[in-house]
Amino acid sequence: MPRNLTPPKLDLDAILADRGIRIVVCCGAGGVGKTTTAAALALRAAERHGRRTVVLTIDPARRLAQSLGLTELDNTPRPVTGVKAEGDGQLHAMMLDMKRTFDEVVLTHTRPEKAQEIFANPFYQAMSSTFAGTQEYMAMEKLSQLSAVDVADGGWDLIVVDTPPSRSALDFLDAPRRLSKFLDSRMLRMLLAPARSGGLSVLRMMGASLNVFGRAMRKILGGQLLSDVSTFVASFDSMFGGFAERAERTYRVLQARQTAFLVVATPEQDAIREAGYFAGRLSEERMPLAGLVLNRVHGLAVPDLSAERSAGGAEALGAGGGAGAGGGKRSAGASLAAEVLLLHADLVRQVAREQRIADQFRRSHPAVPVAEVPAQPEDVHDLEGLRGIGTSLAA
Amino acid sequence: MRDAPSSGWQDARLHVVTGKGGTGKTTVAAAMALTLASGGRRTLLIEVEGRQGIAQLFDVPPLPYQERKIAVPPDGGEVRALAVDAEEALLEYLEMFYRLGGAGRMLKRLGAIDFATTIAPGLRDVLLTGKVKEAVTRTDKSHRVYDAVVLDAPPTGRIGRFLNVTAEVAGLAKVGPIKSQSEGVAALLRSPMTAVHVVTVLEDMPVQETIDAIGELEELDLPVGTVIVNMTRPPLLAGAKLTQAGLSRGLAAAGLPHDRATVTGLLSEARDQQSRLAQEGRLREELDEVGRPILELPFLADGVGLSGLFTLADALADQGVHGH
Ligand SMILES: Nc1ncnc2c1ncn2[C@@H]1O[C@H](COP(=O)(O)OP(=O)(O)OP(=O)(O)O)[C@@H](O)[C@H]1O
Ligand SMILES: Nc1ncnc2c1ncn2[C@@H]1O[C@H](COP(=O)(O)OP(=O)(O)OP(=O)(O)O)[C@@H](O)[C@H]1O
Ligand SMILES: [Mg+2]
Ligand SMILES: [Mg+2]
Repeated sequence: MPRNLTPPKLDLDAILADRGIRIVVCCGAGGVGKTTTAAALALRAAERHGRRTVVLTIDPARRLAQSLGLTELDNTPRPVTGVKAEGDGQLHAMMLDMKRTFDEVVLTHTRPEKAQEIFANPFYQAMSSTFAGTQEYMAMEKLSQLSAVDVADGGWDLIVVDTPPSRSALDFLDAPRRLSKFLDSRMLRMLLAPARSGGLSVLRMMGASLNVFGRAMRKILGGQLLSDVSTFVASFDSMFGGFAERAERTYRVLQARQTAFLVVATPEQDAIREAGYFAGRLSEERMPLAGLVLNRVHGLAVPDLSAERSAGGAEALGAGGGAGAGGGKRSAGASLAAEVLLLHADLVRQVAREQRIADQFRRSHPAVPVAEVPAQPEDVHDLEGLRGIGTSLAA
Repeated sequence: MRDAPSSGWQDARLHVVTGKGGTGKTTVAAAMALTLASGGRRTLLIEVEGRQGIAQLFDVPPLPYQERKIAVPPDGGEVRALAVDAEEALLEYLEMFYRLGGAGRMLKRLGAIDFATTIAPGLRDVLLTGKVKEAVTRTDKSHRVYDAVVLDAPPTGRIGRFLNVTAEVAGLAKVGPIKSQSEGVAALLRSPMTAVHVVTVLEDMPVQETIDAIGELEELDLPVGTVIVNMTRPPLLAGAKLTQAGLSRGLAAAGLPHDRATVTGLLSEARDQQSRLAQEGRLREELDEVGRPILELPFLADGVGLSGLFTLADALADQGVHGH
């Protein structure tokens, strides 16, 4: 097989050492290792590069959260114990609480009485905790808050951001706009105050449909919900401008030189396809993609022994179908060796498959630097494990 | 074929398949629909998330909002598939009760339908589950149209809310078709006609989510069926004591190189496998504690594909899944 795909190496240590970079965002499809990568990079930045770092995690696995000292969902960065920081290095960690973040935004944009009114609205309560897209919006919002204070004024020197578990990496970029579009939607207004028939017949028809629709909706959804929505819209209206503006500002922060995006993927078809979409989208948005983290890559300790020879050897030793059970010491030893060989044969095939999939990405994105992280035999859930990942990331 | 003890879920006609994202919900649901159709039965495989996962799996063009024959088990029978679309379902609904005529289409173009299901996610869910119920109970000349219905459901994080329809629409209109619809759906979902299966793989987070989801489902009185451990591999070298000398002798006997580098390299690969197995064993125990029947499906190294689906369907049949 021709192996002429030598993509640029992703130099993560250079990124972490670069004081011009203040924000690192880890994106990717669901379950690929975004949270793990974010935590490992933040730890390395504090321990090796002397950076005052905060890592914003979202729904970390329980045991990882425990080792980062994240026992409470309180939106406050807390120092992580057990960090062997260098120089001024520090590591704080926090877990995103999306409801609380939403509440904070409301509070900063409106008078306290009005805010209480909004908080009490059942539609707001449902929206701030379960709406699709709210988590992404609030992650952006939190990032924007964390980066608002300049380093010179005691702000964070490096902010590493994990992104919400979602099927598509693009959701992180799209969901906030979708939410703010919804909040500003014409439909919302039209439904609540059906249009008067205008001069144009189309408009009149629209008005008529909306009235029929409005009636049907009222019957189905009930007057209560519609009135909750309508009160919500009324009280929200004054702060809407503020909302949209904030979303735009964060978007600009993400486009700036101080931000590095990493897309994380496992060497599997679906994850790599997502990574490809994401890379394309970032370049459209003129957001800086620093590189691909190829996580959970399998490797071979004996690369010269092919799958065929290995499986052949296993067969010669009488493997397969559990045959050769019982018997003396010698045959037990032989069947163990056979199992070792079968395992190696499987691993060779898996490594080849992963290589093929990774090469697809490299071919279609030749300019994107790549860093590989080997698959660990066990889950990564403590600082020692994160250090190991950090070492591979920077290797 | 082994005779598994009937434990309730076997009698279900509606099989709901959930699990953490990416663990194999769509694949397992499809395999189950095949198993339940075998022997000349007819099943319906439904998806509700608008992702066309079924079409991708069977490598056919996107499914319309219409039941289509999609596969045939080797010994006769048929599997049909349906991608339920919440907007279409709402339009169907409005049409039935309010006679919107052409206005309905216009509203759809304006985004009004989407809007309505957005401000009331419970409405979306009750429309989707309502369609599922309709398929489960549909009859033709007093015969059931489908012997079983398999639902490729939302992931564990959302399954409780999705199935808990009455609570979901509690905030909506107190009277009217949606209300009675949700009551009918709730009754079906809480009856022995339904079984909710949770798909997982033997990794930390999926297992944790499985346990949490089962707790939530039990709390809501929804009938939990089985836990389906997907992508299992043969437990090669489980508990084995490996030595350099033993392995080196084995390699020599197989006519393979047995220099030091090869032996230590293979040993380290084997040790990784053993620690993976140890972790899987711990997770497996956590699943056992849940006290639900556990089914296992093998990891298919060459990918799933149609023939892989038949392999998985056979594996389910061997573990006692059968139609009736
Ligand atoms: N290199 C690795 N080797 C082995 N296990 C890993 C590796 N990287 C991550 N994991 C494990 O994979 C699981 C998923 O990782 P993680 O939570 O970081 O993914 P995620 O992308 O944040 O997922 P989600 O989309 O659900 O938020 C965790 O249990 C983690 O310990
Ligand atoms: N037993 C198996 N052996 C090998 N690959 C499998 C197996 N089961 C599923 N897969 C593969 O794993 C991937 C995820 O499977 P699938 O799409 O069924 O999961 P899902 O839970 O429906 O995902 P999503 O949450 O995205 O809907 C697919 O690429 C599928 O082919
Ligand atoms: Mg995560
Ligand atoms: Mg699916």
